[in-house]
Amino acid sequence: MEACGRVLQSVQLTASGRPSLEAGEVECQLLDAIDLEDDAGAWALKAGILTLTTHRLLWLDEKARRAWAVPLGSIGQVFASKKGLKSMFSAPRMRFQVWTQKDGRVSPQGSGGAAGSVVLTIVFKGRTGPESFVQKFGEVLQAQAWKVNMEAPQIRPTLDESAVAGEAGTSSVPTATVPRRPAPFKMNPAMAGVSGILRKEQEQQEEVDKNMKEAFQDLNGLMGKAKEMVQLAEKMRARLLQGQTAGADEEGMGTKQEMQDWMLSVGIASPVTKESAGALYHQQLSRQLADFVKDPVQRAGGMLALVDAYCLFNRARGTELISPEDLLTACTVWATIDVPFRLRKFDSGVMVIQSVSQSDDEIFTRLRALVKSGDAAKVGVGATEAARALGMAPALAKEQLLAAESQGFLCRDDGEDGLRFFHNFFIDISVATAFEDS
Amino acid sequence: MGEFTFPYFYNYPPYFTLQPVKDTREKQIQLWKELILRFCKHHKCFVIDLEGEFALFENTSIQRKLSFEAREQFLGALIADGRAEWLDKNHRKCLILWRRIQDWADLLLDFVRENGIELMTLEEIISGDETHGTELAGIDRGVLIRAVKILEQRGRAAMFKGSSTDDDGVKFSPN
Repeated sequence: MEACGRVLQSVQLTASGRPSLEAGEVECQLLDAIDLEDDAGAWALKAGILTLTTHRLLWLDEKARRAWAVPLGSIGQVFASKKGLKSMFSAPRMRFQVWTQKDGRVSPQGSGGAAGSVVLTIVFKGRTGPESFVQKFGEVLQAQAWKVNMEAPQIRPTLDESAVAGEAGTSSVPTATVPRRPAPFKMNPAMAGVSGILRKEQEQQEEVDKNMKEAFQDLNGLMGKAKEMVQLAEKMRARLLQGQTAGADEEGMGTKQEMQDWMLSVGIASPVTKESAGALYHQQLSRQLADFVKDPVQRAGGMLALVDAYCLFNRARGTELISPEDLLTACTVWATIDVPFRLRKFDSGVMVIQSVSQSDDEIFTRLRALVKSGDAAKVGVGATEAARALGMAPALAKEQLLAAESQGFLCRDDGEDGLRFFHNFFIDISVATAFEDS
Repeated sequence: MGEFTFPYFYNYPPYFTLQPVKDTREKQIQLWKELILRFCKHHKCFVIDLEGEFALFENTSIQRKLSFEAREQFLGALIADGRAEWLDKNHRKCLILWRRIQDWADLLLDFVRENGIELMTLEEIISGDETHGTELAGIDRGVLIRAVKILEQRGRAAMFKGSSTDDDGVKFSPN
């Protein structure tokens, strides 16, 4: 293990090589060309990407795909940079003290459980100077968002029906550490039975209404509410899932499914923004996008129209919307980094995100089999049938049919029923023998 | 003369849609050229009018017919092969040479040789008793005249004017 591993926390990376964040953690700023060193000289991490989140300080080596973290809770004193002759000639630095446990590892509880401390130095070698970073660093330390997160598991049980009943006795004790927490339910007869559920539903509705109203009062308010909204969404999803396993009512099933799909698409908790990522914006966006599209692409049969991806991605990002150009650039960056997706442009100009594992040959093989099977041999295959067979959107299935046609596997019939495709029998026929029967 | 037998792919809808992919289209054009020649030969049809109805270009059993563009393409390909000619400037009427003029000339010469004929009017060749039941019957007048001209060049025939166009005739010297 590397020397720094005895002190710092190791960080898991996502498939695209971005550090995976904890629940509620939001990236605040990204800087590249950063060295992170032990002040005593025990170890030094050179030229990585430094990410300041609301919870941690992350140092990432993109090429080696390694990342280390310092929890913000362990940070003690931050030393002002020395203004001196020396600092004019060397790269700007920032030093800070980190509390450590007995075993020498960082202590997330801060000075409380600490047995000692080390001093770490950040060396800014990139074009972006330390000024904005130091300011943000101060803000984040002050906000102490990680403390709220530690309380989070306590909120969860109250979202659960069964736990509500169990907690009823102690519900009068307010938990002041969690702001804007919905008041716990008391168990009373009015809450029992169908009418109880309906009433609870209505109360929730009112709560949502209230949240919405507050949220729209000003945009800062909305940003503050965002996290709560995501929690709300998760809560509702959990409830929906519960209802489904119980097979509660058939009627609401369709809308439930719809709602659940909708809920699932809520929430990239920490969208990469121009503000936070600066020069690294497109690269980081690209990686985040790769992580995000994994599920939608899989669901869409290995291929997702860029337009759909744009809508899904922006809906998940909430307020930090990206422009179509940014999305396009992010997709183009995929060619240079190691992610399992690529941008593909069809001859018609339609652009899609395609999973690398999905090969055209495989699709062509399936289409060729399709046009020879059953009725299709007589009446051909339209975009709708192909879409059903391939499990993708009709517009994209049509593109695949056209691609297979241009490869000479299919031929077309442009009749009254619209464009339909057949096995390319022209290629099989030899002109010399074609008319022998006649 | 029996019924014309259509090839099996005549019942495939894509056969009637001009294929956009180059290789496929080339094959399609070849198949259509061959079919047009065979169909015209069977029905002794010499002229196709692009704007009129032409039985071959429509398959009512599958409700498909060739577009104007497709007809133009297929006939154009026949013309490029020397197997058809435009009869008018506007490229609407097309003469189909399912037998080349040269071959018509040979056929005519063989016929007069076998039957020892020395003198015939054009009308007699086209619809007379002598040619009845032979391949010469029903030949297009224009095609016949051009075939005779080829024989003239070879010194095997001489055209002469009659009192009316019906009496225009040919004097053969087959040997």
